[in-house]
Amino acid sequence: MTMATEGSLGAAVQTDQTAFDAVRRAKQKDIVFATGGLIVMAIAMTLLLTLIGDLVIRGAARIDYGFLTSYPSRLPERAGILSAWVGSLLVMLVTAFLAIPIGIGAGLYLEEYARKGWLSNFIEINVSNLAGVPSIIYGLLALGLFVYGFSLGKTILVAGMTLALLILPIVIVSTREAVRAIPRIIKEGAYGLGADQWQVMWSYIIPAARPGILTGAIVGLSRAIGETAPIITIGALTFIAFLPPAPVTPDFPLISFAWLNDGFTVLPIQMFNWVSRPQEGFHIAAAATGVVLIALTFTLNGIAIWIRYRLRKGYRN
Amino acid sequence: MTDTTMTLDQKTGQQAAAAPKEAEMPPAIRPATERDPLRARIEDFSFYYSNGFQAIKHVDMPILDRKITAIIGPSGCGKSTLLRSLNRMHDLYPGNRYEGKVILEPEGENLIGPDADPVLVRLRVGMVFQKPNPFPKSIYENVAAGLRVRGIKKRAVIDEAVESALRRAAIWDEVKDKLHGSAYDLSGGQQQRLCIARGLAPNPEILLLDEPTSALDPIATAKVEDLVQELSETVTIVIVTHNMQQASRISHRTAFMYLGEAIEFGETAQIFTNPRHPRTENYITGRYG
Repeated sequence: MTMATEGSLGAAVQTDQTAFDAVRRAKQKDIVFATGGLIVMAIAMTLLLTLIGDLVIRGAARIDYGFLTSYPSRLPERAGILSAWVGSLLVMLVTAFLAIPIGIGAGLYLEEYARKGWLSNFIEINVSNLAGVPSIIYGLLALGLFVYGFSLGKTILVAGMTLALLILPIVIVSTREAVRAIPRIIKEGAYGLGADQWQVMWSYIIPAARPGILTGAIVGLSRAIGETAPIITIGALTFIAFLPPAPVTPDFPLISFAWLNDGFTVLPIQMFNWVSRPQEGFHIAAAATGVVLIALTFTLNGIAIWIRYRLRKGYRN
Repeated sequence: MTDTTMTLDQKTGQQAAAAPKEAEMPPAIRPATERDPLRARIEDFSFYYSNGFQAIKHVDMPILDRKITAIIGPSGCGKSTLLRSLNRMHDLYPGNRYEGKVILEPEGENLIGPDADPVLVRLRVGMVFQKPNPFPKSIYENVAAGLRVRGIKKRAVIDEAVESALRRAAIWDEVKDKLHGSAYDLSGGQQQRLCIARGLAPNPEILLLDEPTSALDPIATAKVEDLVQELSETVTIVIVTHNMQQASRISHRTAFMYLGEAIEFGETAQIFTNPRHPRTENYITGRYG
């Protein structure tokens, strides 16, 4: 009797050689997968480092005070990127000013206020799709709508608006994800105290979602700073030997927006222009510009990581 | 005994104090007339979730003024759903529907009526949740949150209310030296008492507690229980608990719910020593749960 009982139990659950073999096989699979992952990662990192290393080796020596404070020139050794980095900076300013508030507003609205239904689902799918639309399409849209439709010209304002459109989906999606990640019990706790939607939004949701929202905004900006195609499409100039009017003026009202309507160039376009020249000197200048561009992108991403780290520390639970 | 006949019996027995008992499974026992002053009356209350599920079926229940009313029952019986209805938590999610009345005494205002603003209801009926949910702010700001929501800005007023609420929640001595430290540095039991202080600070008329000790260890649980008993001298408390010993230890009245119905309501001692309904008896003697 006892034997029979043990036998029937044993048939159902057996911890013998078969089970040990199964575990060993699973471990082997783990090792194979981990090795494969390591190899793929090594290839990707080597490629990336080679690219950056190549740029740095060829261009780093070219970067000096003169390079950063000179206008482009037809002589490669006298050429600099002053107008390009100032242009990049001003375009980014417009982009940030437009894309961040609009994107955050849209994200918060869609997540907290909008009625959940087929329309909000439709919008959600399409916002995600927009993030994948090739950037040159945005350039064509901006050319047709802003440059010719609204007759705004090929200005810093239009470039900023175009790049803002481009990164808007990134900001919206990251805002929604950050808001969605807030624990439900925190929101219920706030509502349970008698807070209305506006109070919950300002005092609880936005502070808690801030790290995610800011990260999304900066990741968006660091994508925008390297974009070339849409800016070329709207017709940015490639050779500029002047700066736009300064945004700060000595007379009242001290702030001027004249720079918005000025022509411009940006770092990637300057680089693109120099790469297509035959002289070796311009190729070196292009590599140097690339180093500056990569440094800017890394700095922006670094700021994003730092913000996330700093703000998350306060919101751990 | 089918559900249909039970519901019918309930309907007919609604006016009379106690419906006639049947041999095996009598209808739910209606609350007897209370002599003690009421803070709220739940009348023929039903609740439907957005998917059409009726979680609460025609519940009648008095809420006694400055007494502890416990709601017990097996998982899924609708006890938390009922509690969350009392401060309109279900309004946060679209499609949920209330029927019947929750009358706040003595004004006679219907909390779930079409004119009642859920935000205003929540200003009068506070809530403490199952899991401690302090806000990611300082201890002081957690307690002050309810006052800030009400537009109170005077520093002195808030300081005083924060201290008084923390004292009432019996946590003042533990936190008075770190009021501006993060609430997350407190232990789970302290966090839950902080959440009770947060609920108390704006002086609500009713405080709802949704299984407030289910995430706490026995020592922290004992502290919260003592606190709840002390509080009942000044504020009306409704507590949902799956812990029958807890209900019998601290509450003055107990309601037993089963499948969305209030099966029996009465003095806690009577419910636990002499239940009138066989289902109540089965539950409290542990025959099902």
